Amino acid sequence: MTDVEFDPEYYQLRLYVAGQTAKSLAAVTNLRRVCEEHLAGRYEISVIDLLQNPQMAASDQILAIPTLVRRLPEPLKRIIGDLSNLQKVLVGLDISPRSAPP
Amino acid sequence: MPADATTTLSLPKSPTGIDGFDDITLGGLPTGRPSLVCGAAGCGKTLFATTFLVNGATLYDEPGVFISFEERAGDLVANVASLGFDLEQLIANRKLAIDHVRVERSEIEENGEYDLEGLFIRIGFAVDQIGAKRVVLDTIETLFAGFTDQSILRAELRRLFGWLKDRGLTTIITGERGDGQLTRQGLEEYVSDCVILLDNRVLDQITTRRLRVVKYRGSAHGTNEYPFLIDRDGITVLPLTSSGRDGRVSGEIVSTGIPGVDAMLGRGGFFHGSSVLLSGVAGTGKTTFAAQFVDAACRRGERCMFFAFEESAAEICRNALSVGLDLTQHITSGLLRFEAARPNLYGLEMHLARMHRDLDAFKPDAVVIDPISAFRGPITEVHATLLRMIDLLKARGITGFCTSLSADGSLVDGTDIGLSSLMDVWIRLTDVEANGERNRTLYVIKSRGMSHSNQVREYQITNYGVALIDVYIGAEGVLTGSARLAQEAREKAASRRRQQAIDRRRREIARRRATIERQIAELRASLQLEEDDAALLIAEDDSHEEILISDSAAMAVRRGAAE
Repeated sequence: MTDVEFDPEYYQLRLYVAGQTAKSLAAVTNLRRVCEEHLAGRYEISVIDLLQNPQMAASDQILAIPTLVRRLPEPLKRIIGDLSNLQKVLVGLDISPRSAPP
Repeated sequence: MPADATTTLSLPKSPTGIDGFDDITLGGLPTGRPSLVCGAAGCGKTLFATTFLVNGATLYDEPGVFISFEERAGDLVANVASLGFDLEQLIANRKLAIDHVRVERSEIEENGEYDLEGLFIRIGFAVDQIGAKRVVLDTIETLFAGFTDQSILRAELRRLFGWLKDRGLTTIITGERGDGQLTRQGLEEYVSDCVILLDNRVLDQITTRRLRVVKYRGSAHGTNEYPFLIDRDGITVLPLTSSGRDGRVSGEIVSTGIPGVDAMLGRGGFFHGSSVLLSGVAGTGKTTFAAQFVDAACRRGERCMFFAFEESAAEICRNALSVGLDLTQHITSGLLRFEAARPNLYGLEMHLARMHRDLDAFKPDAVVIDPISAFRGPITEVHATLLRMIDLLKARGITGFCTSLSADGSLVDGTDIGLSSLMDVWIRLTDVEANGERNRTLYVIKSRGMSHSNQVREYQITNYGVALIDVYIGAEGVLTGSARLAQEAREKAASRRRQQAIDRRRREIARRRATIERQIAELRASLQLEEDDAALLIAEDDSHEEILISDSAAMAVRRGAAE
């Protein structure tokens, strides 16, 4: 596991939602689809419901819902919205270049 | 302030604890509603909001949440520490919570639909943690820089303000002043209950902070622009124009400190709480008169405050010492306080504001303003300021002793005209130039509520203070200085001459009396002599007669015998 975490290709993602809203559910679905397609086996997604863990909104600087945070690899990146534009998600997470090896 | 009791009752208000502000708004900000505090950069929005929270936590037992969009919590704590606010202690006591909302555009990428529920959750969580009643959002407009979809943002802000209202949180939202509107993003559209505008205006290189309540739904409020201060004591707003003219009226008399001047006033001094104007040209000793007044007041045990605008306290004390007045002892005993400031250090409003605060802090019985003519600016503004300055003193029943420099020897000049109607007593010091010298004279122009001398009196500034010299009225009016001395000498000489003439006549009469008496004595003596001679002759005649008789008798006898 330790090895995996230091793997520069390993993606640690957090998705912050607030309850089961349409936007949240769409974001979860969209994210999972992108990851399965491009990052199979080298990603982990934790979905955090701020209604259950409100203190995490402040500690992780969350304003908009839903917010996707890429904790690894560095640097930290944030994408807000329901991730409906899948192509943009790939760019936002810097997945496209590496996912297209020759 | 004579507040509408009904208005205050119908709309619950949360006091801010900011001096003066709660007076203007008749109680504070609307409880459970959002208020907008807007203004340009550096005009004190954050400080206003922080003071609202700190006072809420410490004075009114209403914990508060500070949502900062600009400053980090640590910076905020450090910034207000200089005002004596110990935010860390309040946070530790769960009276205050600070959440710094960092909006970094470069870190955020938008993809699809979103809302700001995260912000709601953060505020809600912080509020619930400490049971907050007050919330500050400083400056929420920062969000506009962080998100591209303005329509979502606006809808969310509208929802946020509604949500805050539903939760009954008394909220301050700060906003940066924009062009043509109160805030850059038009926040005033969403916050319609109470809008407060802070302003930091520079005029003639002098900055004055002003505050105005633009609107306050459901409540009366002061509508003017009120100056406010930010200093070591925090924010002080000065509802100066609210000071009504219902100050206490006193029949008590206070001495001018100069016996001669006291004697010129019908009651032997000024009424306590009256306003006194002492005007005069340069070098007539206005400050000396003021020092005498202060010295006399302190000797009576009254508290005095000396606002010096041209000299420092040390200079005034030193100069007063040269006329035999030791003001330092009064400073030491705590009865006298100097507040020296250059007139151009602050704007007029600021001076007024400082004065207001100093008066309330020191609570003097008498105040000297030396000189009021130091205030420069547009004549209407200067006049309005002085008017309020006098009102300020009158409302508190403080005797105000103002000196004013007249530009020349003319009887009345610009500032005086405007002021004279405000002043109860007006004493004028003048220079009389004649015979190659200048002599100082004074007269009382007016003295409300008492008779006063109509005479022009000469005075001298001696080593023992100001001394009035007895009136000398000659053929050509009042004589002063050496003309008076010369006239006095002339009169003395004439009187001496008269005395000498009388003496001479007296001596002559005495001499003549002596002469006549001598003649009388001589005549008496000669008369005596004649009388003596006559007596002798008579005696001789008598004896001769007797002899004749005796002779004839003897002859008869002899003849008889012979016959």
